[in-house]
Amino acid sequence: MSTSSGSPESWISSFCSLLGHEYFAEVSEEFIEDDFNLTGLQSQVTMYKEALEMILDVEPEDDEDDDDEEDEDEEDISGDGRDGLAGRHERRHHSRIASDLSVIESSAEMLYGLIHQRYICSRAGIQQMSEKYELSHFGVCPRTNCNQTRTLPVGLSDTPGEDTVKLFCPSCLDVYVPPNSRFQTVDGAFFGRTFGALFLLTFPDYDLTKSGNEQLANLTRADEMVNINGMWARNIAPGLGKGRVYEPKIYGFRVSELARSGPRMQWLRKKPDEITVLDEARQFGEDGESDDDDESMDVSGRAVAGRRRPGNARLKRQAQNGSPMAIEANGAESEL
Amino acid sequence: MAGMDDFVSDSDSDYTSYWRDWFISSRGNEYYCEIDEDYLTDRFNLTGLNTEVQYYQYALDLITDVFDLDCDDEMRETIEKSARHLYGLIHARYIVTTRGLAKMLEKYKKFDFGKCPRVMCHSHPLLPMGLSDVPHQKAVKLYCARCEDIYNPKSTRHSAIDGAYFGTSFHNILFQVYPALVPQKTTERYIPRVYGFKVHAAAALVRWQHKDRAEMRRRLRKMEVESGFDKLDGEEDEEDEEEDDDEELEDAPEQNPAAVVQYRGAGEVATLQ
Ligand SMILES: [Zn+2]
Ligand SMILES: [Zn+2]
Repeated sequence: MSTSSGSPESWISSFCSLLGHEYFAEVSEEFIEDDFNLTGLQSQVTMYKEALEMILDVEPEDDEDDDDEEDEDEEDISGDGRDGLAGRHERRHHSRIASDLSVIESSAEMLYGLIHQRYICSRAGIQQMSEKYELSHFGVCPRTNCNQTRTLPVGLSDTPGEDTVKLFCPSCLDVYVPPNSRFQTVDGAFFGRTFGALFLLTFPDYDLTKSGNEQLANLTRADEMVNINGMWARNIAPGLGKGRVYEPKIYGFRVSELARSGPRMQWLRKKPDEITVLDEARQFGEDGESDDDDESMDVSGRAVAGRRRPGNARLKRQAQNGSPMAIEANGAESEL
Repeated sequence: MAGMDDFVSDSDSDYTSYWRDWFISSRGNEYYCEIDEDYLTDRFNLTGLNTEVQYYQYALDLITDVFDLDCDDEMRETIEKSARHLYGLIHARYIVTTRGLAKMLEKYKKFDFGKCPRVMCHSHPLLPMGLSDVPHQKAVKLYCARCEDIYNPKSTRHSAIDGAYFGTSFHNILFQVYPALVPQKTTERYIPRVYGFKVHAAAALVRWQHKDRAEMRRRLRKMEVESGFDKLDGEEDEEDEEEDDDEELEDAPEQNPAAVVQYRGAGEVATLQ
């Protein structure tokens, strides 16, 4: 198992290359080493310090047997006879009792997952996830009317141990069980509730109506360049609406809504024909109608309380649209 | 459905279903049920299929295990291919008969067609269906009666099957014939959030959809038709559309450290654009 370079694979890259861990990004050490990013995690993980050291491949500071540790360090430097992740950690921690080691191992995985949840919502992390998205690492929507739209890994909870990872489809705004059972042991909290929606707000120029290599297209069609509440009209659930709602038929005749087995769920896949109906900010500005659902996210990713200034985000976006720089600025051009 | 004789009763028929036994038990053919001998031998059921299939008579002979043509491998393969196509075309007709529906229902109950991938459907069993009744147009899809939507089969060995072998009507007829099997409908849904806050554009769409649902339920109530929704998530969502939205907001900031702590980087995300 020795590598010619002599530099062993880090704990993080070993973790991310495990079967079933394909959705994970490699969190940068820089992010982990900034204590600020780990705020509050100490209390969530047992043997926190040891777990953190394991993740960062740092030698533990052991008071009792410094000499042993020293010897090992030398061995580590010269030796190329490494046998994998487990072997390496066993040796490094050989002074610890085995049960401790397995606790640290699982703590490290938990801690990494919790850090990962935060990392993929940071600038560097979401960028890394967008690269994985472009490479289709997260699969496509199983819904026929979504035409293979690429999905994003999400959690339904931010608390570990509650549910496994799911796939969020930006085209139908729904969540699906990953097709492969190997993902059904991955904790959803390691991706969290925020990442999926934040991704859409961060990369508004992805053309979600395209799949494969075409998903980044020129913003040329005027009717779809309308910006509504911080999102392009054509990116608001492109898989929903007219022609994308299943109509049950028997021998060519539509099954009536009044039949016991008639359609009851079409609302879930519907969308107004005229998407600007959803532009509540504009409507608010026009007819002054009040709406008390006031806590939501504006395009800048900051939570805003109270009604946004109507039209503000729209103006901001339109100033940028059509410019190739606007697309490059979010780094999503790498595929083209 | 229950109590119907699902198996061909006499040993003679066991022998005669050799080709069909082999066919439906082959890998990739899990969606098909076995067509009765009786159905196949009634010419009336096969009306019009002779022009759809090459070497129709040989193909039918193969399906009914009376094929005895002495021919080369190439010819045999052509007839074999025709037989599979013919079986599919007959299958589309058979599964909307009383016995065919009952057989497919048994398979449905055993999850032979898989489970709905939509999280909120909680693994509801699927049914195979076609988007066209004309062969060679569209591959088979899977219908979920809970969300009333259609999905692509997970496995490539199923995604190559012709949808016309199941047709556009079968799954809808099944629930018309067995209305008790219509699953309870649910308003449970996913709402995209960022740090506990709903995304504006998506939230506006959700509100619009909920209004549409409330209108439908009003129409149904007026006509005294059962809506199929749980009584509990019934009345109030019509009375007060915003209420369930507000409930969803409650679990947001406080208990979740992620929502309180502003990570370095998180605030910068916006400036990326
Ligand atoms: Zn979708
Ligand atoms: Zn479903």
